[in-house]
Amino acid sequence: MTTGAQRLIRFGVVVFPGSNCDTDAYHAITTFAGAGVDYLWHKDTDLRGVDAVILPGGFSYGDYLRCGAIARFSPIMQAVTEFAEAGGLVIGICNGFQILLEAGLLPGAMLRNTGLKFVCRYVNLRVETADTPFTSACREGELLRIVVKHNEGNYTADPETLARMNENGQIVLRYADARGRLTPEANPNGAVENIAGVCNERRNVFGMMPHPENSVEARLAGGADGRKIFQAMIDSLVLQEATR
Amino acid sequence: MNVRVYITPKKGILDPQGVTIERALPALGFAGVSGVRVGKFIELSLDADGLSAEQARAQVDEMCRKLLANPIIEDFTFEVDEGA
Repeated sequence: MTTGAQRLIRFGVVVFPGSNCDTDAYHAITTFAGAGVDYLWHKDTDLRGVDAVILPGGFSYGDYLRCGAIARFSPIMQAVTEFAEAGGLVIGICNGFQILLEAGLLPGAMLRNTGLKFVCRYVNLRVETADTPFTSACREGELLRIVVKHNEGNYTADPETLARMNENGQIVLRYADARGRLTPEANPNGAVENIAGVCNERRNVFGMMPHPENSVEARLAGGADGRKIFQAMIDSLVLQEATR
Repeated sequence: MNVRVYITPKKGILDPQGVTIERALPALGFAGVSGVRVGKFIELSLDADGLSAEQARAQVDEMCRKLLANPIIEDFTFEVDEGA
C-alpha cells in the first residue's frame, strides 16, 4: 500500500494577540513523527497550505467584550472559514472553541462558569462519539483525563439546537466522573448536558474547552490522553491522502 | 450622535453574577430584591454626517448584531441622541 515516504501532515497554529497556549499546541504537534507544524499569524490571509488548523487557547484580545468576539474578525479567520467550508479540519481549543462559536462555525455560545471562578483542574472527558476525525482514535465511552483552565466554559445552546446536535451526534465530549457518569460534580463550569466538546454537522470543525495539548507526553504529569485527539486528525488526513 | 447601548443576558439564560448579587443584598439590609441581571453598557459617538437618523440607527443596530452583542445569549437596546 505504501508507495514511499509519507509526506508530513502539516498543522497550522493560529496566533492571535493574547493567545498563550499556541506554543504548547505547537510543541504537542512536534511530538508526532508524522506531522509538521507552523505558526499562522492572525493578520495573515493565507493558511500556507496546512492540512489542519488549530485555534489555540489563551485570552485573545484580552477576552474584551466577550471571549473570542474580536478574534473572530481577524484577517486569518476569513481563510479559516473558507478552509472549513471546503471540508478542512479545524480544532478550536478553549479560547479557540470560543472563537469558533463567535464565528458561527460551531453552534451555541459560551457563558461565564456558573461558579464564577476560574477553574484549573483535571477532568474526565467521556467520548460520546468516535465518529469524528478528532475522536476516531478513541472508543465510544472511553474516558480521557485532560486539564481545563477557564472562566468562561459554560457551553449553552437553545433546546432546539441541542436536540438537533444530539440527534446528529455532534456532542463529542462530556464531563464525567471517574466511572463515566455525567454528574454535576464532574462538570467544572455548569455547561448544559455536561458538554465539553462539539463538532459541526459536517464533522470537520471541532471545539473543546479542555486542553489536549497539555497531555501528550506520558512521562509528564499531564499524561498522554490528549495524543489521541491529534493522532485521529493525522490518521484521518493520511487516509484522505491515500484515497485521493 | 451620542449612542448608548444596553446589552443584557437573554431571558432564560442563567446569570450567576446576578444571582450572587441578589443574594448579597439582603445581607446589607436590602429586602425584596429579585430578578437581578448583570449586563453591559457601551457608549459611543457616531459621526452622522450625511446620515439620516434612521440610517444612523440602522448602523448601530448592525454594530450590535455583528459585534457588540451575541444574539444567541444577549438582547440589546440602544438610545441615540440625534441632537448631540
